[in-house]
Amino acid sequence: MSAVTVNAAALSVEAPIGHRTIDKRSYKTPLILTGVTVLLAVLLLASPRPGSTTFTLATAQDAVQIPQAIVPGMAFAWVCMIGAALLTLAAAWRAWSYAKLPGWALALFALVAIAAFLGWAGAGAQGHINVVSLIANAVLVAIPLVFGALGGVIGEKAGVVNIAIEAQLLMAAFTGAVTGSLTGNPWAGLCAAILSSALVGAVLGVFAITYRVEQVIVGVVLNVLVAGITTFLFSAWLATDSSRLNNTLTVRFPAVGIPLLDGIPIIGPALFRQSIIVYIMYVAVAAVWFALYRTRWGLRIRAIGEHPQAADTVGIRVNVMRYGAVIIAGAIVGIGGASYTLVSNPSFNREMTAGFGYIALAAVIFGNWNPVRAAFAGLLFGFAINLQQVLGVIGSPVPSQFMLMLPYVVTLLAVAGLVGRSRAPAADGVPYIKE
Amino acid sequence: MSSETTSPATSAPPADDNRWRDAAREILAGRPAVAVGALILALIAGSVMIAFTNSDVREASGWFFARPGDTLTALGRAMGGAYGQLIRGSIWNWQATSFTAQIRPLMNTFDNATPLIAAGLGVAVTFRAGLFNIGGRGQMLAAAIAAGWVGFGIPGIPFPLHLILCIIAGALAGALWGGIAGFLKAKTGAHEVIATIMLNYVGYYLLQYLLATPGLLQAPGSPNPITPATPESAQLPALFGRQFTVDWGFPLALLAVVFCWWLLNRSSLGFTFRAVGENPRAARVAGIDVARATTIVFMVGGALMGLAGAQQVLGTVTTGFTDGIDGGIGFDAITVALLGGSQPVGVLFAGLLFGAFKAGGSAMQAGQGIPVEIVSVIQSLIVLFIAAPPLVRAIFRLPQPSQLAAARKAGKAARKETDK
Repeated sequence: MSAVTVNAAALSVEAPIGHRTIDKRSYKTPLILTGVTVLLAVLLLASPRPGSTTFTLATAQDAVQIPQAIVPGMAFAWVCMIGAALLTLAAAWRAWSYAKLPGWALALFALVAIAAFLGWAGAGAQGHINVVSLIANAVLVAIPLVFGALGGVIGEKAGVVNIAIEAQLLMAAFTGAVTGSLTGNPWAGLCAAILSSALVGAVLGVFAITYRVEQVIVGVVLNVLVAGITTFLFSAWLATDSSRLNNTLTVRFPAVGIPLLDGIPIIGPALFRQSIIVYIMYVAVAAVWFALYRTRWGLRIRAIGEHPQAADTVGIRVNVMRYGAVIIAGAIVGIGGASYTLVSNPSFNREMTAGFGYIALAAVIFGNWNPVRAAFAGLLFGFAINLQQVLGVIGSPVPSQFMLMLPYVVTLLAVAGLVGRSRAPAADGVPYIKE
Repeated sequence: MSSETTSPATSAPPADDNRWRDAAREILAGRPAVAVGALILALIAGSVMIAFTNSDVREASGWFFARPGDTLTALGRAMGGAYGQLIRGSIWNWQATSFTAQIRPLMNTFDNATPLIAAGLGVAVTFRAGLFNIGGRGQMLAAAIAAGWVGFGIPGIPFPLHLILCIIAGALAGALWGGIAGFLKAKTGAHEVIATIMLNYVGYYLLQYLLATPGLLQAPGSPNPITPATPESAQLPALFGRQFTVDWGFPLALLAVVFCWWLLNRSSLGFTFRAVGENPRAARVAGIDVARATTIVFMVGGALMGLAGAQQVLGTVTTGFTDGIDGGIGFDAITVALLGGSQPVGVLFAGLLFGAFKAGGSAMQAGQGIPVEIVSVIQSLIVLFIAAPPLVRAIFRLPQPSQLAAARKAGKAARKETDK
C-alpha cells in the first residue's frame, strides 16, 4: 500500500529536510460495516419471519403520548437494511478519498442495524418491543459497566492494570447493602460502598506499587479474595438476620425525573427518569474526561502511565500519584458497585456481580483507554446484555447465549486488532523503580 | 524494617561464633521462611473471620470486660472446633472407628487435589514462558464439552479405549481453546490476559447453549440444562476400591507432573519456553521462533487444563454435568501455580495443600457450620503474601536479603581490615 520510493537526493545531506505525510487508505471501517450488513442480510434471507412488529414508544406517565407503531416486520427490516447498505457505501467512498466516516454516521449505522434486527426478531412475536424500557434498562444494566470502565481507564492511564474491578464492584455492593440496611439511608450506603471499593484499590496499590507484585496476579487474587470474604460473611453473618442486615427494598434510591428533559419523546423517560446514580454516571463520564485531558493532574497521570522515568525527572512523584489514581479509581468503581444493592436489587447475593468487572475491563480496551469511548462501550455491552433478556421474553429466534457472548467476542476481536486500533499506555502494568 | 535487626550485624566484630547466626539469617531470609510466614498470616486472618462470625464468641464478648475468660474460652473452642475439623476432614479422622473411615479424609484430599494439580501445571507451564493463563475456566469447559460428547455421544466403545479417547478429546479441546489465545498473542500481540478472560466467557456461553439445546449436549427428555450421565465405559475407575472417592485421575495427575518436569527441565521445547520467558528478545536473537513458542506453550497449558476438565467429567461429576463443571478450578489453579513457584514438583505439593484445604473446608462447613468460602479467603491470602516477600519479612522481622548482602559485605570489609 505504501510503495514510497525514496530517491538518493532525498537522503543526501544537501537536500532540504521536508515534512512529508503519507496518506493511506484505511478500509477497516467499511469492511466491518460490510461484514455486519452482509451478516444481517443473510439472517433476513435465511429465515424470513412473517407478521408485524409492534414497537411501544412511550410510557404511561409521559406527557406526549406516542401511539404504538405496528409495522410489517420484514419490510421494516429491509428498509433499515437499505439504510445500512447506503451508510456502508458512504464509508467506502470516504475511505477511498482518504477520510474517515464521522462518528454520528457510525452511530446512525448502529441504530439502523439494531432497528433492522429488532424488526426481524419481533415479527410475528406475541409481545411488543418497548423501545423506552429497552433503552432505560440498558442504562440500568450498564451502570456498573460504565463506572467500572471509568475506574479501569484511570488506573491504566496511570500505569496500573486493574483486573480487580470485579472485586471492587462486589465489595461495594456488599458494604452498600449492609450499611444501607442498617442505617436506612441510601447515601450512607453509597459512602460505605465508595470507601470499601477505594480500600480494595489501596490494597491493589500496596501490592502493585510498593511491593511490585505482578499486577495481573494481584488483581486475580483480589477477585478471589473478595468473592470469598463477601460470600463467607453473607452465609455466616447476613443470613442470620437478613431482614435487618441485608434488606434495601425500602432504602434504595428512587427514580427521579428531571423536569423538561424527561418530556423528550422516547429518550426522555429512558435516560432522564432514572435514579440519582445514573445522573452521577453522566456527570462522572464528563468529569473523568475533563480531569484526564484538561487538568494538570490528568496530564501527570497520563505522563506516569506512558513514561514514568521522564515524569520522575521533571519532579512528578510517580508512585504517590499512582496511589492516588488507584484509590480514586476504586472510589469511582464503588459507585457502580453500589448500584447493585441500592438501585437494581433489594438485597445482596453471593457473587452477584457475575463477571461484570471483566466486561468493564473489556469496555476499557474496546474503548481504547479513552473514558468517553469506554463509557459508550460499557453502554453498548449493557444494551447487548439487556437485549438478550428482552428477546428471551418476546420469544426470539436467536439463542440468548450468543447475545451474551457478543461483548466478549467483540472485545476479543478488538484486542486482536481486527476492530479498530487498541493501544494501551506504554508503561501499563509496569511497576516503577526509582533509581 | 526497623534498625534494631540490622545494627548488630553491621557493627558486630567479625568472629567465628557468628557462623550459626549467619546460617539462621540465611534460612530466615529464604523463600521457605516466607512461605511459612504467609501461611501463618493467612491462618490468622481466617481465625479472625471465624471468631467474628461465631455466635458463642460474639455472645461472650458482650460481657468481655466483666469476664474476659468467657470470651477466651469461647474463642478457643471455636478455633479448636474449626481447625480440628479441618484436619479431620483432610488428613486423618481420629474420631472414626475403622481404618477405612480414618483414612478416608486423606483420600478425599487426593481426590480434590487431582484437578488442581493438572490445572496448576497448565498455569505453571505458561508462567515459565512469561505468559499468564487466566483462561483455565474456558479451557476446562471446552474440555468438558469434548470429553462429555465423546463420552455419551459415541456409545458402544469398550472400557479402557472409550476412557482414553475421552481424555484425549478433552486435552485436545483444551489445547485448542488455549491455542486460540496463544495464536492471537503471537500473531497480533493481543494481551493474553484479556484474550483468555474473554475466551472464558465465550466457552461458558457456548456450553450453556449446548446444554440448553435438545439434541446437542442436553440430556434427552430433560428440561434442565444438564448433560446425560457419563457412561460406565468412560469413567475413571476408583483407585483403591469403591469406598474411597479417589480415582485413577490422581496417578494421571502425577504422570502429568513428571511429564511437565521433563518438558521444562530436560526437553529442548521446554528450553525454548524458558528462554522466551526469561527474555523474549534474547530468545529471538538466539534463533528461537517466539511466536511459535507462544502458541505451543498455550496449547500445552490448555491441554493440561483440558486434562483437569476431563477428570471432572470422567471422575468427579459422572451423573451429568452443568455449566458449573469447572468448579472454579481454573482460578484456583493460578494460586496453585504461584504457591508452587511454577515448578512442577512445587505445583504437586501446592495442589495437595489446596486439595486438603478443600476437603477440610467441606468438612468444616458440614460439621461446624463455617462457610467453605473461608478456604478461598485463606488460599488467596497465602498467595498474596507469598507474592510480596518483603511484606512478610517486614511483619515477622525476618532479615531482608538486601540487608543480608549488605551485612555480608560489611563483614568482609571488616575482616579485611583486621587482616591488614
